[in-house]
Amino acid sequence: MKKVLSVKDSNRCIGCCSCMLACARVVYASYSPRHSAIQVATQGGLQGKFAVYACRGCREPLCVEQCPTGALTEREGGGAVLNEDECRGCGRCVAACPVQALNMAGGYPLVCRHCGTCASFCPHGVLELGGHEVEEVLC
Amino acid sequence: MLGGSPRILEINLTTEEAEVHERDDLKGSLGGTGLATALFAAGVQYEQDALSSVQPIVIAIGPLTGIFPVITKAVSMFRSPLTGGLGESHAGMRLGMALRFAGYDAVLIKGRARRPVYLVINSRGIKVKPAGPLWGMSVEETGRILREIEGCEGHRSCLRIGPAGERLVRFAGVNVDTYRHFGRLGLGAVFGSKQLKGIVVQGDLTDFPIEFPREYRKVYGEAYRKVTGTEVMEKYHGLGTAGNVLALNELRALPTRNLQSSRFEGAAEISGEAFAKHSLLRKLACAGCPVGCIHLALHRRGFGAGHEYEFSQLAYDHELIYALGSLLGLASRQDILSLIQAVEQAGLDAISTGVALAWATEALASGLIAEAELGCRLEFGDLGGYLAAVEGIVRQESEPYQVLAQGTAAAAARYGGEGFAMVLAGNEAAGYHTGYANIVGQAVGARHSHLDNAGYSLDQEQGLSLDQLASKLLQEEVERSVLTSLCICLFARKVYDFDLVQRALGAVGLNWGQRELYDLGRDIFLAKRDIQGRLGFKPERVQFPRRFFETPSLNGMLEPWQAERLLGEYLTKVEQFREGTLPGDWFSAP
Repeated sequence: MKKVLSVKDSNRCIGCCSCMLACARVVYASYSPRHSAIQVATQGGLQGKFAVYACRGCREPLCVEQCPTGALTEREGGGAVLNEDECRGCGRCVAACPVQALNMAGGYPLVCRHCGTCASFCPHGVLELGGHEVEEVLC
Repeated sequence: MLGGSPRILEINLTTEEAEVHERDDLKGSLGGTGLATALFAAGVQYEQDALSSVQPIVIAIGPLTGIFPVITKAVSMFRSPLTGGLGESHAGMRLGMALRFAGYDAVLIKGRARRPVYLVINSRGIKVKPAGPLWGMSVEETGRILREIEGCEGHRSCLRIGPAGERLVRFAGVNVDTYRHFGRLGLGAVFGSKQLKGIVVQGDLTDFPIEFPREYRKVYGEAYRKVTGTEVMEKYHGLGTAGNVLALNELRALPTRNLQSSRFEGAAEISGEAFAKHSLLRKLACAGCPVGCIHLALHRRGFGAGHEYEFSQLAYDHELIYALGSLLGLASRQDILSLIQAVEQAGLDAISTGVALAWATEALASGLIAEAELGCRLEFGDLGGYLAAVEGIVRQESEPYQVLAQGTAAAAARYGGEGFAMVLAGNEAAGYHTGYANIVGQAVGARHSHLDNAGYSLDQEQGLSLDQLASKLLQEEVERSVLTSLCICLFARKVYDFDLVQRALGAVGLNWGQRELYDLGRDIFLAKRDIQGRLGFKPERVQFPRRFFETPSLNGMLEPWQAERLLGEYLTKVEQFREGTLPGDWFSAP
């Protein structure tokens, strides 16, 4: 079974952005933390807790369901895989994701590959690459 | 975009216009302190007051800001309304990252808005927006409103001043993202003089391709492992700088009750250990730093009957616990947090405020100023008076407060008490009574900060002669000029040795030899001294307050003549350094 990323404990996040920078750097060859499949944002400024927006690795992903061209297909183990050749950048997948885990960059959705790079650069154990834990919740 | 000509965003608040200039001629200044020094030198009006509309504000980042771990700082430069000299202050949190991905290496602000405004800066340019209803608002409320209006969560930075900056208190700071600051030397008053309430920077660029991905990832990984695998994490993430309180107290180096003592009987209660055990709520990091040194305390306090509570989260550090704690004889964490809260909301610099209050406490006791004019009684250990006095300094409704708002040196010049005005070269002193290098280091440092040359650290090394101290103060400031030109957080100064710096620059396509880096450090050091000189600073005339020599230090009782001798040795070495004749010059190595 392929592993999926999980946000183990967002309360432990210190907002260092290392996860975003890692995804951008390693997966997308970009310096910009906006060019990352995982996003961390404040809730009510830095006085609030951090919100981690990451792919939940759904078994029947709504993003795949809403994709009109078949560019997004189900990933073994959970989540989605993007075929850029088929994607026309309509953004319906972004709108379909109820946990706001998808963003567009360069005309394509930034689809999480569940590679665990972000987790390996998290200094506080917020993220984890592990078994599928969302089946009962979403499937 | 990295490694090209620095992109400078020039904003004129008078005309509300902005231009972007790609300055090929500034490539050699690297960034941060170097770039800010070059831009400031070209823009400062030496004959004009610090709060004149013609004076520039520079905010600069370095070529590696937001690109490598712990390279998170932004450097501001301005003419200090507190000292009249060079104003330089560094801030972390999210500003460096936001500026990087807004696409600018530096922002240069000139002019004066015709009414209160705030600025929005992003990759598409600027917006000047009216801020009339925000004028008079606290730092916290201003931040909330700017965030709600401007969005860009996770990739923005939000700078703002409080009422102290608006009312031109000469040691008002600029709050950066709630928990960091451009503190020291009064940038908040410069914002106020320009009717600039705040700046929101949106790091909105997504497309920022890496030119040399393999090399970059390799060096990034090395730096990341070095940061997270060394004692830096433990020291700064563990207790944080507040861990110094108890350590300094045991060394007889914790200024207490305006340095009437260097030991505080209440140190255990206000130590980093006690804060961690009883008050620490969580830790935060600057964007791009895995260390996370920012310690937030939960400040919960009751009001009224019936179990009514309010709460706030406040950042604490050694300097705040010193200036708003031991220096004022406050031995309760709750009292210190209450005073931090007041200082933060007004937008004051914590060290300068604490030193001013400590001076005022003694001045009142000595009859130099009258309680009736202050409207409150100030006594070491009594929070109530200090809260009232903070408000008094911001409001400036009576003469003593109007004078205190000019800084401790101005107050002592007006009322007397210079001997216990804990000021070095016009700037209120930081929280270390370690010895000569601390005193002289702050006096001669270009921004009169303990961080210029870390004299407090040299004082803790055993057996250094005055001659060696003078050399090391000079060498440290030169080397730090390179680190701060790269905007490397000084907590990571041992992680980023010149070898790693050179390879990190190489990984983004910037070729700097170690020799060139040293030369840059020398040039910046000398350029800043020249600016200081032209702004009227005469280091040879610096007066050291008598109190430093009346209270035992880490190195025992200090003698004024020894401090004078160290100052003389240092100034001689600077001249030799300028002429390239400094004996044993570490620069002369190939």
